[in-house]
Amino acid sequence: MEDCLAKKMEITVSEAEKRTGRNAMNIQETYTAYLIETRAVESQSEGQCGPVESLWRRYSEFELLRNYLSVTYPHIVVPPLPEKRADFVWHKLSADNMDPDFVERRRIGLENFLLRVASHPVLCQDKIFYAFLMQEGGWKELVNETGFQLKADSRLKALNATFRVKNPDKRFTELKHYSDELQSVISHLLRVRARVADRLYGVYKVHGNYGRVFSEWSAIEKEMGDGLQSAGHHMDVYAASIDDILEEEEHYADQLKEYLFYAEALRAVCRKHELMQYDLEMAAQDLTSKKQQCEELATGTVRTFSLKGMTSKLFGQETAEQREAKIKVLEEQIQEGEEQLKSKNLEGRDFVKSAWADIERFKEQKNHDLKEALISYAVMQISMCKKGIQVWTNAKECFSKM
Amino acid sequence: QDLSLPNGTPVDTSSPASSSSLLNRLQLDDDLDVETRDLFVTVDDPKKHVCTMETYITYRVTTKTTRAEFDLPEYSVRRRYQDFDWLRNKLEESQPTHLIPPLPEKFVVKGVVDRFSEEFVETRRKALDKFLKRITDHPVLSFNEHFSIFLTAKDLNAYKKQGMALLSKMGESVKYVTGGYKLRSRPLEFAAIGDYLDTFSLKLGTIDRIAQRIIKEQLEYLVELREYGPVYSTWGGLEVELSEPLEGVSACIGNCCTALEELSEDMTEDFLPVLREYILYAESMKNVLKKRDQVQAEYEAKLEAVALKKEDRPKVPTDVEKCQDRVECFNADLKADMERWQNNKRQDFRQLLMGMADKNIQYYEKVCVT
Repeated sequence: MEDCLAKKMEITVSEAEKRTGRNAMNIQETYTAYLIETRAVESQSEGQCGPVESLWRRYSEFELLRNYLSVTYPHIVVPPLPEKRADFVWHKLSADNMDPDFVERRRIGLENFLLRVASHPVLCQDKIFYAFLMQEGGWKELVNETGFQLKADSRLKALNATFRVKNPDKRFTELKHYSDELQSVISHLLRVRARVADRLYGVYKVHGNYGRVFSEWSAIEKEMGDGLQSAGHHMDVYAASIDDILEEEEHYADQLKEYLFYAEALRAVCRKHELMQYDLEMAAQDLTSKKQQCEELATGTVRTFSLKGMTSKLFGQETAEQREAKIKVLEEQIQEGEEQLKSKNLEGRDFVKSAWADIERFKEQKNHDLKEALISYAVMQISMCKKGIQVWTNAKECFSKM
Repeated sequence: QDLSLPNGTPVDTSSPASSSSLLNRLQLDDDLDVETRDLFVTVDDPKKHVCTMETYITYRVTTKTTRAEFDLPEYSVRRRYQDFDWLRNKLEESQPTHLIPPLPEKFVVKGVVDRFSEEFVETRRKALDKFLKRITDHPVLSFNEHFSIFLTAKDLNAYKKQGMALLSKMGESVKYVTGGYKLRSRPLEFAAIGDYLDTFSLKLGTIDRIAQRIIKEQLEYLVELREYGPVYSTWGGLEVELSEPLEGVSACIGNCCTALEELSEDMTEDFLPVLREYILYAESMKNVLKKRDQVQAEYEAKLEAVALKKEDRPKVPTDVEKCQDRVECFNADLKADMERWQNNKRQDFRQLLMGMADKNIQYYEKVCVT
């Protein structure tokens, strides 16, 4: 196991703060800044840690980092950021980016992102990433100097373009299909879960009305009064308990969301491969046609119909010199093309090898994480039921004393 | 009709002293063990009858008794709702000073409820069973002639017709005919009972609405859960390693749905009807209170009339005396009945709410096991 940054360094996103400032267009805006704290950990000595270093970053800087990583390491399934805007909300949850609960969940998500990158065998070694953690000033400039932005623009265009690959790699096609399905199923799941949470909330809260009525009723009763009153109290407890329960469930939803976005990253890798494959096929095609042209010029036969052929027939043949010159140019191009093709092939094979390695790593991570998430979800449900049993048992006792 | 204690001794209730002793004896009654009960009635076995004119349901009414008034120790007859309704009216007529237990509602909106569905018939059967058991437990009502006939007669219709004929022959209605007399002052305790019943009905009404709302919310929750479970299954189909746990979650959610369904059903079938029954009970009790007020008003008016006449009568006219009797009778009966009613109500609600709690506990336990 390679030495990841995560092993050498403690990373936390410990605080979030509301800030106001002027943006690029000199308009005042409010945003949240997050405090990143890092501390070097010596693995040999026990308890001896370096001093805590810290700096503030805002969400847009995280975005910049991720874009840089996606472009620079196209064969890696890059960990996703927590969502930009609150999605899959149910009625009690706020969709406001400034809402403290949302900010808190985002803080946790950003920390998770940094930890994921830091524990990735390839990504953790990136210098820009390191600078993101350690260097407050001038980091943006550093990133832009890498010139990744140019690659980013063409990449974005390519990812959205439609084209057909003649000989697609079956594994990648299957994987892309899988990532599409995964995205679809997880978003469906999150949508329904939000509705379920909404309904459950309603059920619990209405029970609170029992509390009030029992209290009013107990006022007119003699022997039944005490029992009713205390039972009513338990109903209030029951109604209130749903808030904590659902907050915990949001954490589960966040875990699912991470993999929803991860699916997107996976898809991007597949697309990149498709792109390379298409590129390769185009280059090969181009080479073949150039060779053909060359051959035609050399032998003087026109095997395929071409405008040049037509014009030459109409306007007379070119001179031998002209033909020689053309052939020479073509031969040069052919040589270039063959070299390019060779390197593209190499690139392609390398890409497939390293991408596939990372994909395997990702699969294992995904299976492990989701299994754990499902288990903790089940545990949450059991705990919710146990609480329910407790409340109703208490209520029953009160009723029995009526 | 003369009042008599379960052991057969008649009691004179025309003086206040004896009515309080009656109360004492009645309270002792409550402490008696079940073994000393000598009358047991059950309602079961609903059957559908299809005739040319109509279709209806009859219920089997089984009686087991050691009382001397009954010729046989056991009886088994078939009765339909009409018969129960008739019995209740007869009891109200013949025992106007007592609180008669309510019957489940007579009319059901035909479009909304299926009169012959299993759930409806079962709910009604339980309510009818309760009705008869309450009468059985009442020290006065259980000795009512009409009640005995109801339990034993092979052909109730013949008796019903006879009863009607008798009435028209006698000319004197057993009903208390009271005119529009105005009440001077209601004794505090009855005013208090009246207020209590008002608030009680209100609160029960609110609880009924809350319970209905909860059931509605639970059903909506159920709808979403039903969509939720299968999504995990779909996901499981996509995965290799995760397919088992995902299928597991899907199955669990399915079980939760079933458990929730059962909870809602139980609440609808067992909890709500009892609430409604008590609301009906409170209504009929308020009517009895009104009658009592009327009787007292009549008495007071007559008393006043006598005073105004200023006649030198040594003896208070008999009809005024009668009135006084009636008032006091009424008051005593009512008080006694209220005591029983309160006790029974307490028991009933205790059971009811405990049952509700139990059901919820069961639901959660089922979900836990899953």
